[in-house]
Amino acid sequence: MIDRELVIIGGGPAGMAAAVAAHESGVKNILLLERDQYLGGILNQCIHTGFGLHYFKEVLTGPEYADRFIKKIRFLKGLDISLQSFVTRLTRDNVLTVFKPGKFLEIKARALIMATGCRERTREMVHTAGTRPSGIFSAGLAQKLINIEGLLPGKKVVVIGSGDIGLIMARRFTLEGAQVKAVIEIQKETKGLTRNVVQCLEDFDIPLYFSHKVSRIYGVNRVQGVDVEKVGGNFKALPGSRFYIDCDTILISAGLIPENELIEMAGVVMNKETNTPVSEKLNTTSIPGIFVCGNSYQVYDVVDSVTRDSERAGQQAAEYLKRL
Amino acid sequence: MNKYDIVIIGGGVTGTAIARELSRYRLKIALLEKEAELAFGVSKSNSGIIHPGTQNHPQSLKGKLCVEGNALMREVAAELGVDFKEVGELIVGFDNEDAARLNGLKKQAEELGVPGLEIVGRAWLEKNEPNLSPEVVAALYAPTAGVISPYRLVYDLSENAARNGVEIFTQCAVTDIEAQGEEDGFKVHTSRGEFPVRYVVNAAGLFADDISKMAGINNFTITPRKGEEFLLDKKREYITRHLIFPLPTRKSKGVLVIQTSDGNPMIGPTAREIDDKEDLSTSDEGLKEVLSSARRMVPAINDRDIIAYFAGLRPSAGDDFIIRHEDRAPGFINVAGIQSPGLTAAPAIALMVVDILKDNGLKLKKKLFFHRHRDKTPHIFAVTPEETKKLIKKDARYGEIICRCEMVSRKEVEEAIDRGAVTLDGIKFRTRAQAGRCHGGFCTTRLMKILSDKTGQPLKYITKRGKGSEIVIGGRADD
Ligand SMILES: Cc1cc2nc3c(=O)[nH]c(=O)nc-3n(C[C@H](O)[C@H](O)[C@H](O)COP(=O)(O)OP(=O)(O)OC[C@H]3O[C@@H](n4cnc5c(N)ncnc54)[C@H](O)[C@@H]3O)c2cc1C
Ligand SMILES: Cc1cc2nc3c(=O)[nH]c(=O)nc-3n(C[C@H](O)[C@H](O)[C@H](O)COP(=O)(O)OP(=O)(O)OC[C@H]3O[C@@H](n4cnc5c(N)ncnc54)[C@H](O)[C@@H]3O)c2cc1C
Repeated sequence: MIDRELVIIGGGPAGMAAAVAAHESGVKNILLLERDQYLGGILNQCIHTGFGLHYFKEVLTGPEYADRFIKKIRFLKGLDISLQSFVTRLTRDNVLTVFKPGKFLEIKARALIMATGCRERTREMVHTAGTRPSGIFSAGLAQKLINIEGLLPGKKVVVIGSGDIGLIMARRFTLEGAQVKAVIEIQKETKGLTRNVVQCLEDFDIPLYFSHKVSRIYGVNRVQGVDVEKVGGNFKALPGSRFYIDCDTILISAGLIPENELIEMAGVVMNKETNTPVSEKLNTTSIPGIFVCGNSYQVYDVVDSVTRDSERAGQQAAEYLKRL
Repeated sequence: MNKYDIVIIGGGVTGTAIARELSRYRLKIALLEKEAELAFGVSKSNSGIIHPGTQNHPQSLKGKLCVEGNALMREVAAELGVDFKEVGELIVGFDNEDAARLNGLKKQAEELGVPGLEIVGRAWLEKNEPNLSPEVVAALYAPTAGVISPYRLVYDLSENAARNGVEIFTQCAVTDIEAQGEEDGFKVHTSRGEFPVRYVVNAAGLFADDISKMAGINNFTITPRKGEEFLLDKKREYITRHLIFPLPTRKSKGVLVIQTSDGNPMIGPTAREIDDKEDLSTSDEGLKEVLSSARRMVPAINDRDIIAYFAGLRPSAGDDFIIRHEDRAPGFINVAGIQSPGLTAAPAIALMVVDILKDNGLKLKKKLFFHRHRDKTPHIFAVTPEETKKLIKKDARYGEIICRCEMVSRKEVEEAIDRGAVTLDGIKFRTRAQAGRCHGGFCTTRLMKILSDKTGQPLKYITKRGKGSEIVIGGRADD
């Protein structure tokens, strides 16, 4: 068993900001665990601009924003970074199980900050009937395929949901030469940022249908098309409103779910609706010494808010350790 | 001279169980499957239950083979290193009339030879199945019901059959069967050439009627009966301790609350006759029906916990299985209409087919050595931390997690590919990677790269389940 003052899980913008803040507040025995091969979290695949407007008062891309923090934490004395380190278990008394290539570690932390980000809602969660061919992607997966792997997922695209990632990806696909046929949103308005609606859809003449849903997916091996229907007040389809769109690709951009299975496993009291911890004070949980920050604490629109939120969590963890 | 003694058409649980059983003997056997991998037919989408035999007519072939299969499956699973969990089932009744039917069901099942049956009341249920609806007044408890991973069973059967000499051909669609004259066998035409053979075993699932017609036997048709199933998050693993069944209707066993061998609960299936043998779509109505029926028995089930769904088609040819030698095409054996409980019955069906072959002139000589055992494939999600430590020490790749939701390591993925997986679905069925709550959002690109590295296929040729289901349309540079 390895003992640590403070362990931070997740090396995205949240984990990095929390690490810097805790370090500045005097904690000098910190371990940051990141399951990927690099720091930066989801920012690595966000190669568009629009990051840092508030925090740095500059217009940065995702990787540039991340890089500012990576440069900072690399050289902090008393902060160890462990990449390819996957936390798979957490117990009530702060013992972590970590998988690394060739290693299986158990770590006891006096305090813990969870900065594990979100996962995307899937087609299953938005209950879309029809077949299950290839060609259905979460918007984030499509983003990773294009921006990181250099692969084009498809050529005729329908986007389900008008979350920011879906809007950004509608533009990305268009720039890659694909045709985005429509963005289908079941609500009366979008949860996405107005600037994204303008810059990603309107500028490219991509139709956005409010109060509509994809009611069926067709295709045996590959997606062939979808049925779209207008919905009424109770989200029930309106008779006679159905139309068909021919497409080979469907993106799901129906929101994010904070990834909090580890603290749930440890017995933290959870809000089942949001999959976040019930906390009396910001960033805290029902188990003293376990803090949560960034997108795993609350889904934020912009990374600047994630950074601020996580700095607060880092400071709180430091105070908690001082009081112990 | 025929090149093969036996050709088995169909690489589902029926075909592979028959292949493994026959591989004990000195025979030249080929197993032909049209899909990219085995277990891509009915055997991939079912409830995974090893039924005790409680719902079958005492005089039916299905019922007899189900009870025999249930007993044999334990042995087969142990030999092949597949997990078989004997969880037991409860058929529940909501009022006195139901309770009377439970007694009738018990009598009927005892006639079939189902062991250990017991009628249990409220007190027992409250203690042993606390999440059951308080409205359930009594249940028929069948302790021998179990669960198994249906696709892993198929892969392990086929692997063991191959180890014992069976030749397996995938992407090999049978297109015609030509009789070579009385006693001379057949020439089986396929997309991969001709197979001259003495005996043909037709285990082609939904397409068994088409295959039978090719051999000139046109005495049954297969009607697909669709079943939609909905899988819940592994977090809800302990929502029930047994399989929960309603009282059966004439057409089906009804909607069940199922435990699966890997821990996720599942609810379903529906039962609806359709015409299209490729229609695996799910529907809003199906979801509604399954949810309300399942909740009636276990009210704690929540639609928020649903992480995946699928549909399977039961290949029905009337009420019972058709397993027989067709005298008008000597050497041709139909194993058709293998609907539920076909998974359970598979080992018993295999024995029956061996007997039929023997009765029709096949000489059976045991091999000097039959590899009965197959080493169990380790899965990180299924072993203790102590065992995990040992595995990682032995092979560093067990420490590299590829699928975050289901806890699948690089080693397991590479092993699946070494064992024959060539598609993402093939990896999923063998390892569970992509089968969890994020649906491959995290691991898809990782899996594509491993598959591409190991097989040499460029990324853009990687498919979900064979040709036509490529994951991406192309690289950006080469448009
Ligand atoms: C397409 C897209 C567009 C966006 N556009 C903008 C924009 O224009 N402007 C803007 O300000 N914001 C934007 N955002 C939002 C911003 O990227 C997020 O708010 C931010 O990345 C969230 O940070 P995080 O650290 O909480 O989560 P993440 O970045 O997701 O980081 C979480 C980290 O935790 C690691 N981790 C998780 N679980 C474990 C575990 N068990 N063990 C070890 N490590 C683990 C993960 O690997 C990951 O590195 C966008 C996001 C997306 C996806
Ligand atoms: C919803 C559902 C739930 C079920 N639940 C259970 C359960 O809990 N317990 C239980 O015991 N049973 C259950 N069953 C039944 C069980 O799944 C089937 O009985 C069993 O899988 C049938 O296996 P098979 O090998 O006969 O068919 P398949 O698995 O379909 O195999 C036939 C194979 O033949 C191949 N093929 C077809 N045509 C050709 C051709 N021309 N050339 C080459 N190959 C060809 C197909 O591609 C296929 O792979 C369920 C079924 C369904 C649909």
